[in-house]
Amino acid sequence: MSDTLIFVIISLIKSVVVVALLLLGVAIGVYLERRILGFIHLRYGPNRCGPFGILQTIADGIKLFFKQDITLPVTERTLYVVAPIIAGVTALFPFVAIPFADKVLPDAINLFGRTIDLTQYSMNRGVIADLPGGILFILAVSSLSVYGVLLAGWTSDNKYSFLGGVRVTSQMLSYELFLGVSIMGVLMVTGSIRMTEIVEAQKHMWNIVYQPVGFILYMIAGFAEACRTPFDLIECENELGSGFNTEYSSMKFALFYLAEYIHIITISAIAVTLFLGGWQGPWLPSGLWFIIKVACLFVFFIWVRGTYPRVRFDQLMSLGWKYLFPIAMANLIVTGVCVLIS
Amino acid sequence: MRKEIIKLNVGPQHPSTHGVLRLLVELEGEVVVSCDPDIGYLHRGIEKLMENRTYHRSIPLTERVDYLAGAANSLGYILAVERLLGIEEIPPRARYIRVIVAELTRIASHLFWLATHGHDLGAMTPLFYALRDREVIMDFFEKWAGKRLFPNMFRVGGVAKDFPDGMEQEIRKFAEELPEKMKDYETLLTKNPIWINRTKGVGVLSIDEVLDWGLSGPMARGSGLDFDIRKVDPYLGYDEFDFVVPLGKNGDTYDRYLIRLEEMRQSCRIILQALDRMPKGDIMIDDYKVAFPPKEKVVNGEYLIPHYLLVVKGFKTPKGEVFHHTEAPKGELAFYIVSDGSEHPYRVKIRTPSFVNLQVISKLAKGRLLSDLIALIGTIDIVLADVDR
Amino acid sequence: MDIKKYTEKILSALPKEAVKSVQEFRGQVSLIVESERIIDVLKLLRDRFGFRYLIDLTAVDHLPNEPRFEVVYHLWCHAEKRLIRVKTFAKGEPPTISSVVGLWSTANWHERECYDMFGIIFDGHPDLRRILLWEGFDGHPLRKDYPVEGRDEKRNN
Repeated sequence: MSDTLIFVIISLIKSVVVVALLLLGVAIGVYLERRILGFIHLRYGPNRCGPFGILQTIADGIKLFFKQDITLPVTERTLYVVAPIIAGVTALFPFVAIPFADKVLPDAINLFGRTIDLTQYSMNRGVIADLPGGILFILAVSSLSVYGVLLAGWTSDNKYSFLGGVRVTSQMLSYELFLGVSIMGVLMVTGSIRMTEIVEAQKHMWNIVYQPVGFILYMIAGFAEACRTPFDLIECENELGSGFNTEYSSMKFALFYLAEYIHIITISAIAVTLFLGGWQGPWLPSGLWFIIKVACLFVFFIWVRGTYPRVRFDQLMSLGWKYLFPIAMANLIVTGVCVLIS
Repeated sequence: MRKEIIKLNVGPQHPSTHGVLRLLVELEGEVVVSCDPDIGYLHRGIEKLMENRTYHRSIPLTERVDYLAGAANSLGYILAVERLLGIEEIPPRARYIRVIVAELTRIASHLFWLATHGHDLGAMTPLFYALRDREVIMDFFEKWAGKRLFPNMFRVGGVAKDFPDGMEQEIRKFAEELPEKMKDYETLLTKNPIWINRTKGVGVLSIDEVLDWGLSGPMARGSGLDFDIRKVDPYLGYDEFDFVVPLGKNGDTYDRYLIRLEEMRQSCRIILQALDRMPKGDIMIDDYKVAFPPKEKVVNGEYLIPHYLLVVKGFKTPKGEVFHHTEAPKGELAFYIVSDGSEHPYRVKIRTPSFVNLQVISKLAKGRLLSDLIALIGTIDIVLADVDR
Repeated sequence: MDIKKYTEKILSALPKEAVKSVQEFRGQVSLIVESERIIDVLKLLRDRFGFRYLIDLTAVDHLPNEPRFEVVYHLWCHAEKRLIRVKTFAKGEPPTISSVVGLWSTANWHERECYDMFGIIFDGHPDLRRILLWEGFDGHPLRKDYPVEGRDEKRNN
């Protein structure tokens, strides 16, 4: 058995675990969101299914699964069907490169009388693929998710969806840029674009201390990337009646729904990795630290949703280009000078 | 570059049109080129129905004109009928009950406006806070009248029922606490930069435009026009209360938002003053040709026969025409009643604030973004039942 | 200034032949105006006496009488805090009267509603369509010869 095969098998196992954890995370996230929003709104939230309504998401999932799948007689039928799949699948991609724990396997294992060194390709670590250009990969694939939403909006043959699709294109493409620029500071400070190295560089001090402005910019851009309040323009029900996903039902809708929450988790996970020390933390196992940090940021997303109104489309654009982009560039220059001096 | 106009049907089923309003919008990108409101989906022909009913039997219909401020509508109607009959004075307790209920209705309507307007702009939390406070008012009405939205308790010559025991204290408590609770809205919205960005400079109206478009209520006061019918043409003895009419400066959505919040506080002040001054005593005039005798006395023939005649035949009014306007929560609500001397009104015209205020939207929306259109529907504060009657 | 004196002041400024009569009931004054002069009278009231707020514009159907349709304007003066009612008749078949949209933009929907409910044509209205009822509705429901119920179901379903 070659090393490559071992690598494939181990990566597959890790992928399955990560995807399962992500789906579980989405289920818990949806439940958390509804309960916390209920708490903010002075109401109960779901409390009927199971103890404290904890099975509500499962009930919703079953409902969505068994609902009639209405496929409209749209012109671009293939793309219409493919769009939610693109959205759902591409949302999972960034997790390939995000380190979620320190070491999950021993350095070497004995298999069929043969010792296999697991340190090569970082097989023993809590990351599916420790890519040398990890952060670039993440930035690249996270831009792909725009296609799902765009195609959904465009092929639905619905003007509201279409407007949602138009909005998503400009919003995601502009904020992709700030997202990239805002994390450049971290890469300069760390001097690496390999995700595991970035995490290890934060052993003594989190990057947020060196890059507070970068973190704030990243979170703002992250809200826009995840299309969450106050930047949930693409699906704002009050203007567009849910926007791009209006014409989807059943599992197709569920995929969009899933993608939305995986997006939040992804944005939170990248923030944790780059700014908040990744899986590092005392006493508790590294994987748990990672989950706790991501959960805290997730709750922050919900909190903001309960507090802020929605910005207008032109304000979103001017906020990005007129304020965030110059600040991000200034931050980059200042960081560069500091790095150069030290 | 080729420009294409998208024709968009906003409504009649749309989350933000506050009912069954349909706006035919032409968009160039996201910019509104033209906006043509299409109303009438909730037209119930109340004016026609009223022509064939006795004066008393029309009261429930009028409450349903603006279903978020039911009592304010029947109050306007009752006052118009009383003017037609020449009833100048009603027992003071009845008058104060009317004032208190009218102001409670104003608060309820404004709270609902705040809830929906906030939600239209994406702020979810004020919705629940405002509805929590509104629920208290609905509970008052339920206790008093047995109905929540439409108390239907105003009668020609007074009110049908006194407040139940202990309700005066509860209302006092509510009116004292509401300004405190409203600080939550202030923290969530008033100083929120996103809220300010979304509302400032949106839907700006000058005083001349207000006069040209015949706007009233907060829409007029937002532009600085000092026009509150409770002050300029007092009814129900509003001139004896000490309250301030808040005025805006810029005439934009934000000013109108602040004005409605301030109006709720002023309404609380009026309620507290009315509760202080409210005497014990009768709640109905004793002219049993037009007013219902007390229910417990109706077993007696002396009261039974006028009661019977009042229910079955109604009362006759002098020939003539009156116009009476009141300050409803959404603006000027006016009833124009033409009487030919019979038991039925010959013609009733209900001049509703929403109908008049809504038509300015096509002017305000032009050249603005689609999102602003949603904000504008909210700031005009329409209820489609009020528009369509 | 009491209402009688104020009315006289207004009447002295208005052209004599335009105002047919003056009614007063419950402290409210109605001027009954020749329908040909309605625009002049309203313009004068608006510009000279400050009745800049057209509260309401509606119509009343006096069925057996001729002329049948009375058009009623309610004006409010913000400075003097006074109400005045101006009435006139829409004559002809179909009943026609000049539109006041040129004086007040708010008259637009009021006049559309009057057209919708009474079938009164407002001459010079920029966009005289039905407003509350749908295009193609047969009849004008607030006319006195239109029954309260029973007619619609057969005709308009």
